[in-house]
Amino acid sequence: MTAMLVLDILLVLSLLSLATAALATNDARRSVILFMAFGLVLALAWGRLLAPDVALAEAAIGAGLSGALLLTAVRDQAHRALRSSRKPVHERGRANLRVTLEWTVTLLCIALAGLLAWALAQAFDRAPKDTLAQAVSANLAISGVSNPVTAVLLNFRAYDTLLELAVLLTAALGIFALGPARPGHRAAGPVFDGLARWLVPALILTAGYLLWVGAHAPGGAFQAGATLAAAAVVLRLAGRRSVGLPTGHTLHVAMVAGVSMFLAVGLGLLVLGRPFLGYPPAWAGGLILLIETAAMLAIAATLVLAFFGGRPTPAPGVAEKTS
Amino acid sequence: MIEVMASLLTVSGVGFYLAGSIGLLRLPDLYSRLHALTKADNLGLGLLIAGLALHTQDLLIALKLVLIWLAVLAASAASAHLIAQHARRRETQS
Amino acid sequence: MPELLAVSALGLMLSLFLGLLRVLRGPVAGDRLLAMQLIGSTGVGLLLLLSLLLDQTALIDVALVLALLAAVAAAAFTGQELETRDD
Repeated sequence: MTAMLVLDILLVLSLLSLATAALATNDARRSVILFMAFGLVLALAWGRLLAPDVALAEAAIGAGLSGALLLTAVRDQAHRALRSSRKPVHERGRANLRVTLEWTVTLLCIALAGLLAWALAQAFDRAPKDTLAQAVSANLAISGVSNPVTAVLLNFRAYDTLLELAVLLTAALGIFALGPARPGHRAAGPVFDGLARWLVPALILTAGYLLWVGAHAPGGAFQAGATLAAAAVVLRLAGRRSVGLPTGHTLHVAMVAGVSMFLAVGLGLLVLGRPFLGYPPAWAGGLILLIETAAMLAIAATLVLAFFGGRPTPAPGVAEKTS
Repeated sequence: MIEVMASLLTVSGVGFYLAGSIGLLRLPDLYSRLHALTKADNLGLGLLIAGLALHTQDLLIALKLVLIWLAVLAASAASAHLIAQHARRRETQS
Repeated sequence: MPELLAVSALGLMLSLFLGLLRVLRGPVAGDRLLAMQLIGSTGVGLLLLLSLLLDQTALIDVALVLALLAAVAAAAFTGQELETRDD
């Protein structure tokens, strides 16, 4: 299989050159495009490495959504720089500081990468490589799902996922602290409008599909949430005022949905005399789907809030909602 | 027979892809590159998918492949238009 | 047939690599976006080939997500400017 070997070499070369180029450029917009290309090739690399779960997450988040998020951030910064035309006084001192900072961060990153590589090599040396994988497949039957990744994320290591959702909730609160959301986009032309008309339903449908399929194949709440958020991003870019994100109390409920559903299930099981988040095997499948649905809503709400860049304000003319 | 047809379709799909990327590299300006790319990769993916669908011989998977092709077709047509519009707006501004 | 699929996958990877050169070279944002479009649909094709080659049906779903999200990137980049704030 020399063809596959050459393919792998080309993949690695592409990743390295894209990463270098994305970091080396001074133009933030160019950097974002290069980063998006990097995410795309990275998704291919995960696919090649037989990790379709990670490939799916990378395709949904790395190649599509994070590009849109980074771009709005870059644009916002350019706006702000334009508005405050005041030149910094200590231009030279700042430049020096910046170079020092950049080099410090670079050297720290290199040191950290070296440390991680060393630790990984040690770990591979000492233990047989797949004891954990064997443990997972031995217990897969009682996990309620047949996809080992979902079994780990939502059952065996459910604590981890609960805390991840708590991190996302914290991020959403941080976004609220930024103040009111950015103003929306101008109404799009007919071509983009036509695109949004079929793309948004397709994205919503795909999100539901990914959520459902997560029980027995790659998929799950994170990928589904990102896809759902992409639907809202498209609507926002098309200039719609309402993008399906609820307002007021309903928004708050959506934001905490993941954490609170997790806690409700965990505490409920405690009351019934089971360990925290120790699902009875007969119910496990249903409980996991319940938690994943709530988690998908919370993840999507957080990502859309990030795209808004602040607390959504009720539109002055609510009647204008149907544009 | 089906094997041969599937191979033929797959290989010609890859050929269209390669033609598209060479066009993207060689053509002089954005608009002509646009022209080369949008035709080549749509047709390339279409032929490739036709070949793969014949190869799998699983109706559901074949249907999914065709859906993916339709999605790429519609999305790339729209985004090619958006890119061209963007470039033109830039040109008239400066 | 597997050899043929592998060679086809290599051909697509080569095409993707050529597209990357255009992403790196530019010169304007439109060129890079166009090359991203090519890389996106080449990536879709490559994932579909790999799904058959490596016997991983799930990669078809990855290709589906990639196909749907490819347009989002272009839309975000060429998107209409923000409305002016009323302050």
